[in-house]
Amino acid sequence: MRSSVIIFPGSNCDRDMDVALKKFGFKNQMVWHNDQSIPKSDLIVLPGGFSYGDYLRCGSIASKSKIIKSVIDFANSGGLVLGICNGFQILTETGLLNGILQQNKFLNFICSNVFVKVKDKENKYFKNLKKNLLELHIAHNEGNYFCSDDELKSLEDNSQIAVTYCGADGTENESTNPNGALKNIAGIFNKNKNVLGMMPHPERMIDKYLSGEDGSLFFKNILDNFK
Amino acid sequence: MEVTEAVAIDHGLKKEEFSKICELMKRTPNLTELAIFSAMWNEHCSYKSSRKHLKKMHTKGKQVIQGPGENAGVIDIGDDDAIVFKIESHNHPSFIEPYQGAATGVGGIMRDVFTMGARPIANLNSIHFGSPQHKKTRNLLRGVVKGIGGYGNCIGVPTIAGQTTFDESYNGNILVNAMTLGLVNKNKIFYSKAAGLDKPVIYVGSKTGRDGIHGASMASATFDDKIEEKKPTVQVGDPFTEKLLLEACLELMADNSIIAIQDMGAAGLTSSSVEMASKGNLGIELNLSEVPCREEKMTPYEIMLSESQERMLIVLEKGKEEHAKKIFDKWNLDFAVIGKTTNSKKIELIFNNKKVAEIPIDLLAENAPIYDRPWKKTKLPQKLKFDKDEFKSLKLSDCLKKILSNSNISDKKWIWDQYDHTVMGDTIQKPGGDAGVVRVHGTNKAVAASVDSSALYCFSHPLTGGKQIVCESYRNLISVGAKPIAITNCLNFGNPEKEKNMGEFVECVEGITEASKYLDFPVVSGNVSFYNETKDKGIKPTPTIGGVGLISDYQQMLTMDFKTEGNLVYVIGKTDGHLDQSIFARELLNEKKGPPPTVNLFNEKNIGETLLDLSRKNLIVSCHDVSLGGILTAVSKMCIKGKKGIKINSLKGLTNKYEYFFGEDQARYIVEIPRASLKKVIEILNKYSVHFDDLGIIDGNSIKYNDDINLPIEELADAHKYWLKKYMDS
Repeated sequence: MRSSVIIFPGSNCDRDMDVALKKFGFKNQMVWHNDQSIPKSDLIVLPGGFSYGDYLRCGSIASKSKIIKSVIDFANSGGLVLGICNGFQILTETGLLNGILQQNKFLNFICSNVFVKVKDKENKYFKNLKKNLLELHIAHNEGNYFCSDDELKSLEDNSQIAVTYCGADGTENESTNPNGALKNIAGIFNKNKNVLGMMPHPERMIDKYLSGEDGSLFFKNILDNFK
Repeated sequence: MEVTEAVAIDHGLKKEEFSKICELMKRTPNLTELAIFSAMWNEHCSYKSSRKHLKKMHTKGKQVIQGPGENAGVIDIGDDDAIVFKIESHNHPSFIEPYQGAATGVGGIMRDVFTMGARPIANLNSIHFGSPQHKKTRNLLRGVVKGIGGYGNCIGVPTIAGQTTFDESYNGNILVNAMTLGLVNKNKIFYSKAAGLDKPVIYVGSKTGRDGIHGASMASATFDDKIEEKKPTVQVGDPFTEKLLLEACLELMADNSIIAIQDMGAAGLTSSSVEMASKGNLGIELNLSEVPCREEKMTPYEIMLSESQERMLIVLEKGKEEHAKKIFDKWNLDFAVIGKTTNSKKIELIFNNKKVAEIPIDLLAENAPIYDRPWKKTKLPQKLKFDKDEFKSLKLSDCLKKILSNSNISDKKWIWDQYDHTVMGDTIQKPGGDAGVVRVHGTNKAVAASVDSSALYCFSHPLTGGKQIVCESYRNLISVGAKPIAITNCLNFGNPEKEKNMGEFVECVEGITEASKYLDFPVVSGNVSFYNETKDKGIKPTPTIGGVGLISDYQQMLTMDFKTEGNLVYVIGKTDGHLDQSIFARELLNEKKGPPPTVNLFNEKNIGETLLDLSRKNLIVSCHDVSLGGILTAVSKMCIKGKKGIKINSLKGLTNKYEYFFGEDQARYIVEIPRASLKKVIEILNKYSVHFDDLGIIDGNSIKYNDDINLPIEELADAHKYWLKKYMDS
């Protein structure tokens, strides 16, 4: 499976994502934000970081960058686009995903392991995933998902909510919500479920010496579903 | 403006220094020249009070590639890999403007590291605040933590360990020390020594503004009531630009275009250009009209003194200008050829086609004043005679809970949750352990790092305190299974013009030197911060040691959390029960006098090597050094982290259980030993003639000791984990 990771000035999880993708067998390439086009890919990843310093608003400048038109075209033609953390913020700013990511409820950056519940498996990311609960890792200051009532209803009606924050036992409530996100939302899809944005970083959970290994399941699953 | 003695004094120079300048120059300098002198001759840049003593430090070793004197120290970790590291203070600015002060401290130290060609792989920090009851403490802490996080998180370098303490002596002078480690190929290290004539001098990075003017002089004076007025001297950081600068510099460093490179830190363009020329024994000519400025009508004076962040000065190979410019254009950074190297051995400044300053380099560097300041020895205080009957009214379990929730012992999760500690995907030991550990990307090796200071010990007896912190750093690295290699130090002291403060400095340095020599743990970089004094009240002497060690196979890394029920717990090293200067004496007896625990360097080394032997043979499964709070505190932390209890044996022949459990004797560790390994462990301990106590067995969910203690781990965890969060929320 061929993948491309877009590097914006200020991206800082681009290398980690490259390492993770290659570890599980993706043929990955790095693409510079000022390039006009993206090499032939089966998956495009917008990595975490602080694109353009996250000045103005997280992800907003990146959503107007040169490369982004190709990303939008690719998404609209059904290609898989994955945005992690800042990548998720960029996807909401482009309009490919609904809603926005506000500053965390307690106004602090949070770096911590979290559990997320997989809410929908009828998609190329989570189909056939053996687990329903994943332990992943978050590191962000603006991960507090919010959208309008109409948008939320449509997300729910179309099963576009991908993952939600929960406890180790699957409980979803205020105490298992690290950043105040609406309905504990940690990640969502677009209508066609080819575009996924999520705050947690699977690429930081790819071997047992790191914070955990559940990120491996995520990447392997995408590959398995592609075969 | 006419330059007079009064103007010189306004610039922080002393009367005698001004006459010396006039004498050396054989004329009165103009204002720009005076500014350059004031920037180069202040304490911060010239080390004029400390240099004499720093020379004595132990700086050489088999693995040392570069000792003090460069942007950072460099050590060899095998296979052509080298680690570049340094710690630096940003105390004065952080007190005035905590967010920007701390942020730019982190930015500055990272620049020092990537200037040498290394990619930063880990950040650490040691931060010290006034009493929790002091009205400024909470906001200063919040601002500093946000500043450190705001900068490091954005760059994408994990913050892997740190230290936070509270003491009333920091009420008017907080300390913010930031440390960075970088990884470099040992054949591709870049230095700041210029070489060759007529080579282009390049300015890259952010534009120059009026921020930070006189920052270095501010750091060389004490504070008074008008300190708030100094806010404009604090620099403003832009981590995004630094990230671009990092990537652009590393890209340019991939080939052979750079002759010398120096970041513009304290005293900005002045100190970077003078240092490069001085090291290369050359002259330098700068055309200040070419310097990219962000504000209008900046004068040569302002351009030379600005401490705007995220700027670098590079001496390039001739003909490489276009190639270099392309890289900086790609990263959207300013790039300007602003001068050239010359054989004049002078710094010459041109502005609007006129020469505006001309100073022989050696007057600014080698001829800068050096002082042999008078200093006073601190006598070793008399050992206290505790009334042990008084102890009996104290319940062991209450004492333990009180100590675990002490501001200096309690868990600092509230802080490090705000630092990205996992980015770069190689953090294998997070903050909260004895040392942070990151893998050397793509290899089996890992690097451990820790920051330590013991102001109470150093205040009580600087010589012992100096030795003790080096040993503590050594132990913290050993505790995670790393072989200690070298240290960097940040020497935070009061006013060197006072004999007592100067004495504290001299004797701490002596202690550090003695210990680092004995332990073969050389100092490769560091910085001195004097004048941490407000309205005549100075801080307790706080030298901070940043230690770095190597784990050759990261799978052998140790952590402190108890692993398995039924495993045995041993105390390695002898406990005499030294209570003077301990947390127990302070918190429960309100006793602040007495000497710090004695440091026995032979024991430190012998026991340290024994522990390394045990960990290399995989005979122990967890390890923690015993420091503040003594054995019971250390064991509690291991229980809390591992969510497991311990049954402590009835200890035979114990003179006093309070002394045993809370004494802060040095050179001790607690280890967890699987039963199957016990025989071998004891053989090795006997071989090295190391004393050990069979402390107990991992069991259940509580700490139990005779009828004295029966505390569920959860209750202990509550006492330990939430003090800081509650304090910040209150």
